[in-house]
Amino acid sequence: MADLALQVNGREHLLKDIDESTPLLWVLRDELGLVGTKFGCGISQCGACTVLVDGAPVRACSMPAKAASGAVTTIEGLAEEGGALTPLQQAWVDLDVAQCGYCQAGQIMAAEGLLRRNPNPSDAEIDAAMAPNLCRCGTYLRIREAVKTAARNRASSTGA
Amino acid sequence: MTTLNYDGIHATFAEVNGGLGGTPANRAGTADEASAESLVKVGRRQFMQLTGLAGGGLMLAFTLRGARAESGPLQPNAFLRIDQDGILIYAKNPEIGQGVKTSLPMIVAEELDAAWEDVTVAQSPIDAEAYGPQFAGGSLSVPMNWDRLRYAGAAARAMLVGAAAARLGVPAASLKTKASRVEHAGGSLAYTELAAAAAAMPVPEPATLKLKATADYRLLGRRITGVDNEALVRGEPLFGIDQRVPGMKYATYEKCSAIGGKVKSANLDAVKAMPGVHDAFVLEGNGNAMELLPGVAIVADSTWAAIRAKRALRVEWDESAAATDSWTEAAAAAAKLRDTAGPRVFDAGDVDAAFAASAKRVDASYAYHFVSHAQLEPQNCTARYADGAVELWAPTQTPAIGIDGVANTLGIDKAKVTVHQTRCGGGFGRRLYNDFMCEAAAIAKRAGVPVKLQWTREDDMCCDLFRAGGFHHVAGALDEDGRISAWQDRFVTFTNDGKRPVSGGNLSERVFPAGLLANVRYEQTALDWSTRCAAWRAPGANVFAFVVQGFLHELATAAGRDHLEVLLEVLGEPRWLQEGQPQALHTGRAAGVVRLAAERAGWGREQPPGRALGLAFYFSHAGHIAEVADVSVSDAKEVKVHRVTVAADVGPIINLSGAENQIQGSVVDGLSTMVGLSVGFEKGRAQQTNFDTYPMLRMAATPEVDVHFVQSDYRPTGLGEPGLPPLAPAVCNAIYAATGDRIRTMPISEAGYRLA
Repeated sequence: MADLALQVNGREHLLKDIDESTPLLWVLRDELGLVGTKFGCGISQCGACTVLVDGAPVRACSMPAKAASGAVTTIEGLAEEGGALTPLQQAWVDLDVAQCGYCQAGQIMAAEGLLRRNPNPSDAEIDAAMAPNLCRCGTYLRIREAVKTAARNRASSTGA
Repeated sequence: MTTLNYDGIHATFAEVNGGLGGTPANRAGTADEASAESLVKVGRRQFMQLTGLAGGGLMLAFTLRGARAESGPLQPNAFLRIDQDGILIYAKNPEIGQGVKTSLPMIVAEELDAAWEDVTVAQSPIDAEAYGPQFAGGSLSVPMNWDRLRYAGAAARAMLVGAAAARLGVPAASLKTKASRVEHAGGSLAYTELAAAAAAMPVPEPATLKLKATADYRLLGRRITGVDNEALVRGEPLFGIDQRVPGMKYATYEKCSAIGGKVKSANLDAVKAMPGVHDAFVLEGNGNAMELLPGVAIVADSTWAAIRAKRALRVEWDESAAATDSWTEAAAAAAKLRDTAGPRVFDAGDVDAAFAASAKRVDASYAYHFVSHAQLEPQNCTARYADGAVELWAPTQTPAIGIDGVANTLGIDKAKVTVHQTRCGGGFGRRLYNDFMCEAAAIAKRAGVPVKLQWTREDDMCCDLFRAGGFHHVAGALDEDGRISAWQDRFVTFTNDGKRPVSGGNLSERVFPAGLLANVRYEQTALDWSTRCAAWRAPGANVFAFVVQGFLHELATAAGRDHLEVLLEVLGEPRWLQEGQPQALHTGRAAGVVRLAAERAGWGREQPPGRALGLAFYFSHAGHIAEVADVSVSDAKEVKVHRVTVAADVGPIINLSGAENQIQGSVVDGLSTMVGLSVGFEKGRAQQTNFDTYPMLRMAATPEVDVHFVQSDYRPTGLGEPGLPPLAPAVCNAIYAATGDRIRTMPISEAGYRLA
């Protein structure tokens, strides 16, 4: 048991007496109440727990929280609470991507990671970046379309 | 009327949909016969009320609770509430990804003539008296609620018009409604400002209400985005796993991985000494495998502490009565039955004479493995027990059955059980069964604190209720003109209870091509199998389609004829099969979607070597659906499915966006499952326990899906399931056309195929 310092969605947290083996996923969900990040398999196979650490997608189910030394971004950290959605979130809403919706927070975070490093990805680049993320309902066609729509809208909103 | 167990669902399902191909009234549980019978009757009575209304508008289809009020919100029934602040419509059924939290309220809004932008949707409580049956199963949410919800909206609309007429001093007939307003000669009045006066009007009898004609729909048939979309992309706590109650602890539950194993001993003291562990104890189980199996519960301060403690748990199991199921042994037993006649479950015409007189006979053996539901949200349930009553937050497809199970497990009256519906992270049939609710309730009671029970993925796959495998030794006869003159299916399936076949294990007069060909015989033998088997998306149809639509193609090929031509010949003249059933297969609707899919896919066009089209039709859950797969196969057996063209006739579409999504998802699920998914069994244990050995399809392998709906005037039916069954035979038929290799086992990875 040890104390744990985490920076999540721009806020610093100091957590007392945390089991050092605790994966980031369960700290986010149980300790910080950030339940948008989902548990699916526990072995980095489904991507439901995808969050960003310093902008790069990681599987929070398999990363010890103490290893998350950078800035963690979860689905709750994309838009301000009650504020406008980001172009990526808005594309997900407008294209009606979700069926059950359980995987979608992880999908959006994987897409966010992709677009941060590659603002204009090809279909093949999208497929490769999204490969770690399962959608059991099979909404892949709409996910791919939403990523492309978001890429266009991000470009136009930044004047790029 | 509050209890419908799964038999009730199946009975209602069968009657509403005319008893669909391969969907038996199978019961995997152990409820006693008498109670099951009475529950089936409940389903029937509700159905009669619905059909009475549909037929002549004479009977009250739902409880018009609420009724007139002196003032206050307009709430003529449990489905909506209008006050000065807005319009609220309740979503009555569990949302498992099939879109009913959006589509069912749309039906109310259409007849209410509310602008969708003005509507807020909330999940309803569980109350069968107010809402009728509340479950997600059998693709029944739309067909079972179509009348109920239309009349709910129309009743409120009539009261609002009546209130406006009284205020304006004009006849109600002179008023129109549009976009949440009553329109009159000099302007319009908002529903919200009329609500208080409308609440004082008498609630009209359904027989006095006039429903809209399809052509007048403003909302139904449009693309409407899901009501939870924004909450989903913000990561808000919608799902079962997201629930938290004050003072809650976190629990895990270890069960024997061979069903029937009991706890002999466990290192409880060592586990209890682990950091963060609050308690650990043995539960004996209640003797009902669908409710509470024996196991060891761990209650901890966090999910991770509970999972860690579960990993450190060492249980010695008494496996004297545990499952010993073996796929290898089952397959050997099934092979032996190939040349032995089994009990006949359907026999039409004279199959023996037709084979004797045939010009050609074709024999083939098909098989498919067990598969898991693998819904992405692992089973979980939050339960709070106090003073002899329990409250649960549960991602379940059948909350009413869950209430029964929990009451039975705890030995309390079901009036003491409250269930809150949560959004479900997938269902696919797994959440029809509420073992996880019973476990959470029992653990919360024993622990004396509220708990959130969390299954791991390994728990979920080990303790799934699997879609059973099966074996079909089929034979077909061709006459001198190349027409199919006889069909025989010698089916080997499984039974959990030694009496009834498992879900999806029952051939009947509703399974293709019964009713279509003159001479058809189905034989059926059930092997004993202890591991629980149950409904999996489009039960029966999801495997029978693979067999019968593949074998139909084999016969067409043996006759040297075009598959499309033979399929249309088998369907024959337009007519209802099972005449008198409310929604049976209609051969004209079937031929319509077959022709449409073939035309849109370019059936018959030239293709390069190694690439071909494959066709399949299947009718299930009242949906007529044909699919054409455009497939390339490499020399290394890499399969690329370029495009799947789907034509569907499910009557008028409620939400076009949701409907297309269901078809796209069904194609992906069908492809994923047929290519690479299976669960093997040895010594009573599932051999695959997580996604590393259960490789579901990912984005890059997703084909284009071209969806065409026939907007027929028949009553609308559901789309959660019927899009899946035709996919596997369409792809296998395409692989044959491209390569000459006939695949007769799912998954096709068994024959060395994989997705490119």
